[in-house]
Amino acid sequence: MQGLLAQGISVRYGARSVLAGLDLPLLRPGEVTVLAGPNAAGKSTLLRAIAQLQPHGGQVLLDGQDLAHVPMRDRARLIGFMPQSLPSSSSLVALESVIAALRAGETLGARQADAAAMAVLDKLGIGALALEPLSALSGGQRQMVSLAQAIVRDPRLLLLDEPTSALDLARQVRLLSELRRLAGEGRIVVAVLHDLALAAQWADRIVLIHGGHTHAEGAPEQVLTPQLLAQVYGVEARVERCSRGRIMVLIDGEHAPG
Amino acid sequence: MSDATLQRYHRQGRRNALLVAVLGLAALAALLLDLVTGPAGLPLADTLRALTGGEVARGTQVIVWDVRLPVACMALLVGAALALAGAEMQTVLENPLAEPFTLGVSSSAALGAAVAIVLGLTLPGLPAVWSVSGNAFLFALGALGLLQLLGRIRGGGPEVLILFGVALNFTAAALLSLLQFVASADALQQLVFWTMGSLASAQWPGVVLIGVVLAVAVPFSFRAAWKLTALRLGEDQAKSFGVDVAGLRRWTLLRVSLLAASAVSMVGVIGFVGLAGPHIARMLVGENHRVFLPASILTGALVMSLASTLSKTLVPGVLLPVGLVTSLIGLPIFFALILRGRRR
Repeated sequence: MQGLLAQGISVRYGARSVLAGLDLPLLRPGEVTVLAGPNAAGKSTLLRAIAQLQPHGGQVLLDGQDLAHVPMRDRARLIGFMPQSLPSSSSLVALESVIAALRAGETLGARQADAAAMAVLDKLGIGALALEPLSALSGGQRQMVSLAQAIVRDPRLLLLDEPTSALDLARQVRLLSELRRLAGEGRIVVAVLHDLALAAQWADRIVLIHGGHTHAEGAPEQVLTPQLLAQVYGVEARVERCSRGRIMVLIDGEHAPG
Repeated sequence: MSDATLQRYHRQGRRNALLVAVLGLAALAALLLDLVTGPAGLPLADTLRALTGGEVARGTQVIVWDVRLPVACMALLVGAALALAGAEMQTVLENPLAEPFTLGVSSSAALGAAVAIVLGLTLPGLPAVWSVSGNAFLFALGALGLLQLLGRIRGGGPEVLILFGVALNFTAAALLSLLQFVASADALQQLVFWTMGSLASAQWPGVVLIGVVLAVAVPFSFRAAWKLTALRLGEDQAKSFGVDVAGLRRWTLLRVSLLAASAVSMVGVIGFVGLAGPHIARMLVGENHRVFLPASILTGALVMSLASTLSKTLVPGVLLPVGLVTSLIGLPIFFALILRGRRR
């Protein structure tokens, strides 16, 4: 069975249950899936649970194999994870940090790793930042470096936590079209996004997470409806069709219940 | 463009390797300087001749080989061990202030020594000359063991470990004060030198011991260099790169425990070196642990060796406790470096 299947994912922080047996639909290779939902809905937690960075109940299967039983080193080859932010205090230069993504888990030759890391930075259009210390980069630049770290091992599954939160418009487009391209090559891409306009434009599938469960899922036009947005976010929303078949979400205000 | 950037990166790598080599030479020069200074005022030529096995007076032979060389080597090795311990602690505990001194390892060692000196409690079967150091070693190791155990029970994040360390530091210091309060004048005299850190009692067996510990620990540290570098990007990142972070932390702290415990049990409490060695190294070569670790080791050795020389020359005719020198001379230099680093 090709794809990512997460079933019955539950996570508790102490007495508080963040995810309560959450099921995701089968996410197929070639698809970009966006996880959306209000703050504290458990999106990041779900992403970290799938990446096996967070102890959890339930099962995560990638192409049929249970990720919890895959040795750490092999898992690193299968999964690329992009966190919300990189530490801003490190004096490592961008290139070194991407080389570390290659050499920390593997015994890879220096020449090979250096060249591969440089190629990824170039591909993302940040080759000029290669020798800058992370501490000297802006939040958005660090986010691009973080993406480079996530994709440099050429993983089958890409998990990204709010990858566009600090990016300007041009870089948002660059990052999202890179994600599209990577998915097009047969990868599974899952990203947490808050910006529903971006989600509508770039996602094949949106999963709305609310209260520790999957509230709704499907193609953008199926999920981004006034009813569902009112239920999940409590906002009064209009969904308009624009040119080229795109949909646009307009928020009029808070939803008045009843 | 990418080729040019890669070339520049490799040039920086060579520059860093060269800096490490220069640090090594400087440490060696400091060792020689340490050897030729002392109350006996030996000329450099005589010292060198004695070192290389040439013809010298019997007295010179004894001074160089039995008095000065063990002290000078001890300074170098203790500096190296403390700085390596500090560098690795700062990385695995994700805190720039972590080092054997701030985590209470040094004060626990001093407490162990005090128990031996004041109360006469020692391990059975240990020769009398080793009883103080042996006790100090046990207490230092015990402190780190306790730290890890408590951290494990509470689900040991780095912050928890740091807090336990600070608490341990105060507890050991308080107990030490209590022992000083009840100590005889004679014991107090011994104790004071111990809590201030002193190289005066350095002897060959101790030098060999700490040399062996370093020789065992360093290859493991270097092998973990990329893993430690990855950890600087955050725990989640390191894990997603395939690093077993919990295992890395456990093994590194074990290595660090041995290094720190053997260093402080030889020379007593020496602050600043475990903190400043890594920080100076970081400013010089950055945080790629493949150069950062060797640079830390050599910086620590250099600083400690210079401190040993200064402890003999600062006040003519008086041998100051070396821990006092590292703190008094080292801290202003350290602050100057930090402030300069900020401006850039």
